[in-house]
Amino acid sequence: MPGVKRRRNASPLPGLGLTLGTTILWLSLIVLIPLAAVFLKSVSDGPQTFWSAAMSPRAIAAYRLSFGAAALAAAANCVFGLLIAWVLVRYRFVGKRLLSALIDLPFALPTAVAGIALTALYADTGLLGRIFSKAGLPIAYTPSGVVVALAFIGLPFVVRTVEPVLAELSSEPEEAALTLGATRLQTFLRVILPAVAPALATGFALAFARGAGEYGSVIFIAGNMPFRSEIAPLLIITHLEEYNYAGAAAIACVMLLISFTVLLALNAIQHWRQRRSA
Amino acid sequence: MTAAGLREPKAVKALLIAAAVAYVLIMLVLPLGTVLIEALKEGWAAWWTSIGDPDARASIELTLLVAAIAVPLNTIFGVAAAWAISKFDFPGKAVLVAFIELPFSVSPVVSGLVFVLIFGAQGWVGPWLADRDIHIIFALPGLVLATLFVTFPFVARQLIPLMTAQGRADEEAALTLGASGWQTFWHVTLPNIRFALLYGVLLCNARAMGEFGAVSVVSGHIRGKTNTMPLQVEALYNDYSFVAAFAVASLLCLLAIVTLALKSALEWRHRDQLAAVH
Amino acid sequence: MRSNPRSSGATGTNSLPSTDSSIRVESVSKSFSAYPALAHVSLTMRSGEFVALLGPSGSGKTTLLRILAGLETPESGDVWFGDRQVTKDAPSSRGIGFVFQHYALFGHMTVADNIAFGLNVMKRSARPSREAIRSRVQELLELVQLPGLGKRYPSQLSGGQRQRVALARALAREPRILLLDEPFGALDAKVRRELRDALRNIHDELGLTSIFVTHDQEEAFGLADRVALLNRGRIEQFDSPEEIAQNPATQFVESFIA
Repeated sequence: MPGVKRRRNASPLPGLGLTLGTTILWLSLIVLIPLAAVFLKSVSDGPQTFWSAAMSPRAIAAYRLSFGAAALAAAANCVFGLLIAWVLVRYRFVGKRLLSALIDLPFALPTAVAGIALTALYADTGLLGRIFSKAGLPIAYTPSGVVVALAFIGLPFVVRTVEPVLAELSSEPEEAALTLGATRLQTFLRVILPAVAPALATGFALAFARGAGEYGSVIFIAGNMPFRSEIAPLLIITHLEEYNYAGAAAIACVMLLISFTVLLALNAIQHWRQRRSA
Repeated sequence: MTAAGLREPKAVKALLIAAAVAYVLIMLVLPLGTVLIEALKEGWAAWWTSIGDPDARASIELTLLVAAIAVPLNTIFGVAAAWAISKFDFPGKAVLVAFIELPFSVSPVVSGLVFVLIFGAQGWVGPWLADRDIHIIFALPGLVLATLFVTFPFVARQLIPLMTAQGRADEEAALTLGASGWQTFWHVTLPNIRFALLYGVLLCNARAMGEFGAVSVVSGHIRGKTNTMPLQVEALYNDYSFVAAFAVASLLCLLAIVTLALKSALEWRHRDQLAAVH
Repeated sequence: MRSNPRSSGATGTNSLPSTDSSIRVESVSKSFSAYPALAHVSLTMRSGEFVALLGPSGSGKTTLLRILAGLETPESGDVWFGDRQVTKDAPSSRGIGFVFQHYALFGHMTVADNIAFGLNVMKRSARPSREAIRSRVQELLELVQLPGLGKRYPSQLSGGQRQRVALARALAREPRILLLDEPFGALDAKVRRELRDALRNIHDELGLTSIFVTHDQEEAFGLADRVALLNRGRIEQFDSPEEIAQNPATQFVESFIA
């Protein structure tokens, strides 16, 4: 590509001022200032109030549910997401295109719709719920329901992150392993899996981050009992309804901090990815 | 054909495909099907009545209105941001992109919370607004703001990688031929990003119409006035009007299916012009 | 299809008596969709020979190499290693080592683990002890002149170093036949020359039968005992470099080496 690398910002193309200015203005108005409000409000009543709100036993229980369920669901999605990505990339079969299109359903479907659908499906009278409750493992209105809902939400994150990486894998290392005597399973475990591990980790992090903050698809199927099946976002809303703005902001702060940490971890993973690939 | 050792045995292949299909059927298709089954439980007449209900009608109009405002605004922003980021060099670009992607990692409830903290009764400018009888929260402006926040990155993140990869050569050529900035954008850039733009708008719209958590917080849940379709679904559900809830939900399902179909069509026919992000 | 009795060294897996690693290709044909890559190719290579498969792209030389390796199966014809027919055998049971064009090193493993891979994946019963594997890896690192680099990762090595590791890895299982696919393609002239000499020395030292694919005439003529010139799926000439230079068999050969 014939390109002159410009050393300074100067580009003869017009519009930098206008577009950059608009971008920064809009960004600040819609995203940055509102987010700042959360941090400021959470400490507005003093650090003690912040701590007692953010770390109350009820809040801790809520974090445990939200983040714990998100982690479990993301882990399950790593297994099945890899399976689905593998099948989509490596095999040809009838209905493959349809399958691929369906994967994005959780992205496109409004969360509230997913929420009531999952509840109807896994309630004790529901098509699937019937089976589970007979086995003594009810899903709806328990933490398990939260995990199932988050698995629904997070699936596309893993599949769509792993798919391109799988598709781009060179066949040479697999052939090399074959010439060196590895069985197909050995090749998968020792050569292929490690190569897609960074993508899997990224997918996990994305699914986890999304699941932890998820509201609409979870609120109907969770039991919403404080200390038992109350997700963190619901706790925020409850505080809001009590006009306890600072308390709501405090919980939001904790959730934001954890999200940002996950983001940073994601960046670190990308760096690891780049370092390892020759 | 590739050597036998580079493929899984046919039986394993069939098993993996079956497992992947089964997972997608159970986790994704069943919930979708449940909505349709529940919506039509009492027949088409009942469905029609539910859709025709004044509150349902109002929620449909409100949803369309909010999307009609939020999507164009974020599209303009997305294009401006992509232009600034891809056609110029300046320090802090990576930070800017990170900030633009921020809303993706924020829980929807927190997204709504931030606006309550600013505009709500006890918010920063709450009292000021109350004095002048201006309603942001619990009214249309609040809904639009919350929707703007959550759909913020969609168009930008579709365009930025694509326009960056496309480079500046075309635009610079247009400039040397005497075109103004706007002409360059309209006649040179836009045709190159048509499909990615469409794709981004499609996703932005799907999220705007389907958003639940964020609008739930700022809405006030006033039927007929501040309930978007997802909120109306929740209201009906909590009222035990299940068939009506699923009826409205089925419309949203239709939206999701159309979105998926268009998305797939775009991906299949214009893959090279999308630089798909996920 | 009788198997010859196994003669494995401490770590070998080949099934050829150590004296006969001759190769015989009998009328092998292979096409990809409609495109005929190899058309009734036959040739015989002696045990211990260093053969180059030379030709322009599309001539079928890589296809032939991969058929020898077992990475492709021919549509017709047979391949014999010694007096054992290997046409349909899996790559791992042919007693070959394969060096890929782009090294195909396992990026997430250290150099030592890469080299040891073929030994580590052996069945429990046949696998050498950890100690044996470790010392074998050391031995190989010294053979390819990379002592002390065992703990590095491929991404930390230069192109020439990576190729040496690929070679060491291919030799770990004591193959009798070494197959190389454009092994020096991506390297600069000086590194290429060093590696060529190293490869020839190792070939001589270990008594291997080596076949390598290249489109570089100078390389083929400089390294090989005999050169097979391929064009469009057929062998135009298979002789020593001197013979080819003095008596080119066809018009194509004449213009190719000009």
